[in-house]
Amino acid sequence: MLLFENISLALTSLKSNKMRAFLTMLGIIIGIGSVIAIFTVGDSLTIYVSQSMQELGANDVYVMVTQRENSEQSSLNRMNLSSLTTGSAVDEEDYISVQMINDMCEKFSDEVYAVNAQHQIQDMATAGIENKTAKIGLMGTNAGYYITNKLELTAGTMFSEKDYSEKKKVCIVSSKLVEKLFDGDSEKAVGKEITVNLSNRDEIFTIIGVYNANVRTSSSSNSGMMMVLSGATTMYIPLKTAFDLDRKTESFYFIQVITNVGVDSSQLASNLSKFFESYYRNNRNYTVGAFNLSGMVSMLTEMLATLTMAISIVAGIALIVGGIGVMNIMLVSVTERTREIGTRKALGAKNSSIRTQFIVEAMIICLIGGALGIVLGMILGSIASNALGYPANASIKGIIISLLFSMSIGLFFGYYPANKAAKMNPIDALRYE
Amino acid sequence: MSSIIKLDNIVKKFYIGQPNELEILHGISLEVEEGEFVAIVGPSGSGKSTLMNIIGALDRPTSGNYFLDGINVEEATDSELSEIRNQKIGFVFQTYNLIAKTNAIKNIELPMLYAGVDRIERRKNAERLLELVEMSDRAKHLPEELSGGQKQRVAIARAMANDPAIILADEPTGALDSKTGRLVMDLFHKLHKEEHKTIVLITHSNELAEETDRIIHIKDGTIVDITKGGDK
Repeated sequence: MLLFENISLALTSLKSNKMRAFLTMLGIIIGIGSVIAIFTVGDSLTIYVSQSMQELGANDVYVMVTQRENSEQSSLNRMNLSSLTTGSAVDEEDYISVQMINDMCEKFSDEVYAVNAQHQIQDMATAGIENKTAKIGLMGTNAGYYITNKLELTAGTMFSEKDYSEKKKVCIVSSKLVEKLFDGDSEKAVGKEITVNLSNRDEIFTIIGVYNANVRTSSSSNSGMMMVLSGATTMYIPLKTAFDLDRKTESFYFIQVITNVGVDSSQLASNLSKFFESYYRNNRNYTVGAFNLSGMVSMLTEMLATLTMAISIVAGIALIVGGIGVMNIMLVSVTERTREIGTRKALGAKNSSIRTQFIVEAMIICLIGGALGIVLGMILGSIASNALGYPANASIKGIIISLLFSMSIGLFFGYYPANKAAKMNPIDALRYE
Repeated sequence: MSSIIKLDNIVKKFYIGQPNELEILHGISLEVEEGEFVAIVGPSGSGKSTLMNIIGALDRPTSGNYFLDGINVEEATDSELSEIRNQKIGFVFQTYNLIAKTNAIKNIELPMLYAGVDRIERRKNAERLLELVEMSDRAKHLPEELSGGQKQRVAIARAMANDPAIILADEPTGALDSKTGRLVMDLFHKLHKEEHKTIVLITHSNELAEETDRIIHIKDGTIVDITKGGDK
């Protein structure tokens, strides 16, 4: 018998028992819905994470000062209230020095393309010209910083070699600052001197460039929450200038090593760890660790996959329960329609035609349930993704798998009732009251 | 004229080998000619239902031979029995047995569907049969929207669907009042006379049986008498 006829038969039978069909589908809807929701959230998260990692530079190596395990300092720290409040008890003498960075660049000249080093001045500052002022966060950067944090200049130029080496008091300001101080005229701002008011003194800086503050760079994640809330924007100055301003020697808690193309960053990370260890051999509390993001990415993806798998198993159980529901209702349906089955057999239906008819009916229930589940899951997944702050990504793979899976549930749980119908004796079936 | 139905010493036993073994048919031999209208009459418990099941290829005899339109039925597999029922036999039941939630024309198409007739051909033939039973205006009606007589006319059209060798009618007027029962009987006569159908009517009513060509009287599992019916 034709497939089309069976489908239309199944739909007729479902229509005549709408409520029952819906309740039967519910198990499948919930099962498939949760699988799709999980897949959607999982995929969105994975895509988002790997995209942001790519932006940050998955091939870069991050070098930072880390506490040694079992260090005296760490046990002391637990009792040291001040360290808890400041969040860090690392002294500047433990920081990565310029000497170390230069040595590293020399030793790993084949691998290292550039080093991104930065120094943020903690004080809240204001920048002003004449009577107008704007809040700013001061960030000292080297040339390497702009390789991973590209600025879109609307006017002027980037810092020159001389600006960096001669500790010039030049700055690149945001377009938002220009709006406040120069009525939005970027060209006019370039070359102007502005007064930067630190906590206790004034410094004069010359504006050499203006960047578009509306273009989100990963640098904006460096500007703290307080800065965003207070409406302050980052003002970039050369690195050495920043250390001068802070009256501190140039040293770093954290640097980013940008690698040459084709460099195995995991290998470099372990080599760098060993390299820096030589400087910290006599330091009982701190050392320097080097990490690369691709390792972190794969770790995160693996974790996500495990989580997805775990929840999928729970959803799978829901689907099996749903499948048993389908089987139950199909058994009821077969019993109810015993006379119909007898009549069909008298009219010449073969056992296989009867079996196909009921299997198709079970599969249609599961397929409709699956489709509704997919819609439900996509809605829930989008809501969850948006709530977590990630863009929702519908998983095509998940949808196809779910549809196939729900059909196989129909096939699996529909087979027994269908076979029961197929094996009925036509005489008994015709006589059934 | 050749025999459409040829029963030779048919025995049917139930509960074979058990202490309550029961022999319902004790060796029935019967031939029905092509184009004949016969009635099988007997009181309830006489074994006429069992005989009908065997003639209708719903059941196999315990022993004896049954040839339907030249086919040896007792040698057929289950699947072949389905095919025989589909191609050779048109059933008409006392309780109509139309498929619920399925309109009249689709009910008539059903045997053709199982026979693998294509959709256009099915529809064309079903429309012709609806016309034959004067039900064309009810084509799209569901069984629950039809009266008893109308349902039985649709059922008769369905029985005719694959142009079967015989029409097997089991108490076709049993659930109808005498007036509609009359109309249904007239329809059988029309099929007999105009379409030259072989019809086997199973009934307990001597009055209806009298209308047929030949009456086979069954009692306690044996043919007790064969009489010629009154010509209507």
